[in-house]
Amino acid sequence: MKRKRGSLALNAPYLLWCVIFILVPLAMVVYYAFRDRSGNWTLQNFAELVDTPEHLDNLVRVFGISLAYAGAATLICLLLAYPLAYYMAHTKPSTQRNLMMLITVPMWMNFLICTYSWISILGNEHGLLNTLLEQLGLHKLHILNTPGAIILGMVYNYLPFMILPIYSVLAKLEPSLVEAAQDLGATNAEVLRKVTLPLSLPGVAAGVTMVFVPSVSTFYISKKMGGNKTMLIGDWIESMFLQANNYQSGAALSLILMLLVVLSMMIMRRFSDSENGALVVS
Amino acid sequence: MEKDLIIALQNISVSFDGQPVLKDLHLSIRNQEFVTLLGPSGCGKTTTLRIIAGFLEPDAGEIFFDGQKINGLPPHKRQVNTIFQRYALFPHLNVWNNVAFGLKLLRIPKVTPAQAVELDELRVADPEKAAQLEARLAKNTRYLTWAEINQRVADMLHKVNLAGFEGRSVSSLSGGQQQRVAIARALAVQPRVLLLDEPLGALDLKLRKDMQVELKNIQQQLGITFIYVTHDQEEALSMSDTIVVMDAGEIQQIGTPKDIYDEPKNAFVADFIGESNILDGVMPDDYLVRFAGVSFACVDKGFAKNERVDVVIRPEDIDIVPPTDGCLRGVVTGVTFKGVHYEFIVDVQGFKWMIQSTDVQAVGDIIGISIKPEEIHIMKKSRYSELVGDYSCFSDEFEALSNPHDADGEEEEAEADE
Amino acid sequence: MHKKIRIFSPLYAALLLGFLYLPMAVLLLFSFNSSNNLFEFKGFSLHWYAELLRNKAAQTALWHTIVLALSAATASVVIGTIAAVGMDRMRRKWLKSATLSVTNLPMMNPEIVTGISMMLLFVFAAQAFNTKGLFGLEPLGFHTMFLAHTTFCLPYVVLSVSPKLRQIDPHMVEAAQDLGCSPLRAFLRVMLPNIATGIASAFLLALTISLDDFVVSNFVSHSYQTLPIYIYSQTKKRVRPDMYALSTLIFAAIFLLLILSNVLQASAEKRRMPDKKQREKQ
Repeated sequence: MKRKRGSLALNAPYLLWCVIFILVPLAMVVYYAFRDRSGNWTLQNFAELVDTPEHLDNLVRVFGISLAYAGAATLICLLLAYPLAYYMAHTKPSTQRNLMMLITVPMWMNFLICTYSWISILGNEHGLLNTLLEQLGLHKLHILNTPGAIILGMVYNYLPFMILPIYSVLAKLEPSLVEAAQDLGATNAEVLRKVTLPLSLPGVAAGVTMVFVPSVSTFYISKKMGGNKTMLIGDWIESMFLQANNYQSGAALSLILMLLVVLSMMIMRRFSDSENGALVVS
Repeated sequence: MEKDLIIALQNISVSFDGQPVLKDLHLSIRNQEFVTLLGPSGCGKTTTLRIIAGFLEPDAGEIFFDGQKINGLPPHKRQVNTIFQRYALFPHLNVWNNVAFGLKLLRIPKVTPAQAVELDELRVADPEKAAQLEARLAKNTRYLTWAEINQRVADMLHKVNLAGFEGRSVSSLSGGQQQRVAIARALAVQPRVLLLDEPLGALDLKLRKDMQVELKNIQQQLGITFIYVTHDQEEALSMSDTIVVMDAGEIQQIGTPKDIYDEPKNAFVADFIGESNILDGVMPDDYLVRFAGVSFACVDKGFAKNERVDVVIRPEDIDIVPPTDGCLRGVVTGVTFKGVHYEFIVDVQGFKWMIQSTDVQAVGDIIGISIKPEEIHIMKKSRYSELVGDYSCFSDEFEALSNPHDADGEEEEAEADE
Repeated sequence: MHKKIRIFSPLYAALLLGFLYLPMAVLLLFSFNSSNNLFEFKGFSLHWYAELLRNKAAQTALWHTIVLALSAATASVVIGTIAAVGMDRMRRKWLKSATLSVTNLPMMNPEIVTGISMMLLFVFAAQAFNTKGLFGLEPLGFHTMFLAHTTFCLPYVVLSVSPKLRQIDPHMVEAAQDLGCSPLRAFLRVMLPNIATGIASAFLLALTISLDDFVVSNFVSHSYQTLPIYIYSQTKKRVRPDMYALSTLIFAAIFLLLILSNVLQASAEKRRMPDKKQREKQ
């Protein structure tokens, strides 16, 4: 059979765009990561991260903290979002629409200014929260510039990205599946555990990705909420590129970050898959 | 080439990914004929249709329309229109706009009233000069006026009983109504040939029967050629002037419905069209055939001496007689009531026959079978002879189950075409 | 169990929404503050709104943001729609899935990596073309912002147009050609109207992503300052409340737009209802 004409002409410009603006830039990251300043092939950019105990210690600390904070934020988002998404999926359509709208609006707001306004709320001396607590005769809370504040910032910024994918999966769930499970003798809790939860895992996986990836690579939230005391991977990379002008080391760090993200995604996928299987079987 | 031929396919071959779909196909279609391409899914009937419509270019072979070779001509320049399996109505347009879609793109010769009169007179007086004038006029074309479009849409909708539905959105229509819009849309541009790809496949049985009659009426009224694709043999038998039975990319038989039913060319056709008992036989001489261990008189001749043949006997052509009177004797092993008649499965020396009769018999009865010479059809052996057996594993249910699957197979075929 | 859920769920939803809207409430409040104190409300005033009108830098940034978002969204919708149509027609499965994976890369990658990879590309290109040699452009500026924004909007466009294309009956385009349309005309008259909703939502999505982008812009903007970049530079020091005033105005605009679209959607659904009833009658 003769092939349809025009397929190549239609695809070529876009494929070219993809190569120039997606693949080549990523190749540049790899290129810079393995070059020294005069353009020679080197492993120095990676070696200098681990060559002394202090450097190694620093590397482990930064990556460890980034992963821990992002993991915590992701878990909290999941725990907060799932019940809300479940409730949304089971209310009447008009409520669903309104809630959807209310959850989307914060996503449209500039996250820098919203994060900044948390400083007004949490401020250790004169923050609104502490002023309120003081007037009630309670102890002041020390939140700003602690790990808790950073995690709160992450949760605040990325919570909608956890709610929406879970909601959209739950909303599309066949009601007859739940009815079938009930018909077969499952209690409400069992339906949730054995039917709804496993079937909503794709939404959970999407939500986890959408919260974890930006959290682990953020550089603004940590700066503002952590009071410049805590350095995350994102802060490190940003300073390498925009302050130190050290593209080579920055590229090496970015490469590690990319690998880390790919690795976590793979682990998460395997985890969610095996859990899925286990839940279906049990 | 014959004079009133409108479409001719010559030496057409097509393959998808190395799989041959049409093998050296020859097909000629006369003007104003109702031709049905009939065959199981994957037999190449839809592919044939798409080649005529221009959606598919054959790997080899030539297509002629009205004596002109049209290979490579894109679909929008061909004077054929298609009614698609699931209608393919435009969901963003209402009924009126769907029907008017082709009309708005149509260009017709610019003819002044004086030229029209001249043309009419010439047609009677001197057909040759009329053709010359027509060709000259055809060079200068115009779009239809709004009034003309409106008139034609109204006519078409009236013809398909959808007057008053102009403003409705097509998604609000029932399946049968959508089907009618599709017909009106294709016929509005007054094609010379209408291609119909299983147009009734999605309708329920009752509606399908009504639409069969309606389509046949429309075809006769308008006097245009219909090329109709179906896997439903009843539909083919009741509507067509000519049936083209296809299998495995080859034409098995072309003929009138009566020819095809009464004189199937090979075991495939006999098996696919209606019910048949197909037996191994030998022709010891002209007008004599031997099968099931008995010699019968028949009306066929022209076979080699002692040539092995396939013998076809239709279940309704067999007479049940007392055991002592028949040429063959058998035991009734199955009885199904079919309304008009009973259907019996009868074991004759291990071969299960199907017999349709209004006589009442019970399972276990021993009956005699009598067959008139003119009811015995002799076919040459073909590669299908091995594939057809007796009715030992026959069940109605099985056939019902396999039918919807047919439709799916056809979809796959259509997808492979993309 | 269900009764309890019915009482507690709206409460829970309200609490989470309160958490999401708290910073915005603070923004709103302090934008009307008469002093520039971000911790204490001294009295109602429109001072900061007047101040905003005098703030030329903020206005330029706003103007830049809008121009950039409109042009990047338009470009990504045009390119992305052609790409989606092209991919829909791709017959080689491996090429199709490869193209799709590459398209999704900017969506899966941490934003900071997309940002620095783009930056490396543009800096490299500027060096390769002898700094200002190419059309006399700055190494980083509107053009780099435009290219970067278009690139990271593309996957979202493909993602929202592709499903619409898959829903289209392939025979529909054939039907149009059958009735006399050339392939191009068939695309314009049949295909385009049927994917129009997908294209419109793709445009809106691209618009919002571009308007809000900070991370990628941070690396490729330099001379072309958009609002998020401007706000970032402000938050490095101390934010003046006229930024709060601007955010409040943006918030109000978004809210009104969403309510409007919600109302339109609801009324459109109501209009469709009688149609359905009519069909049921027949």
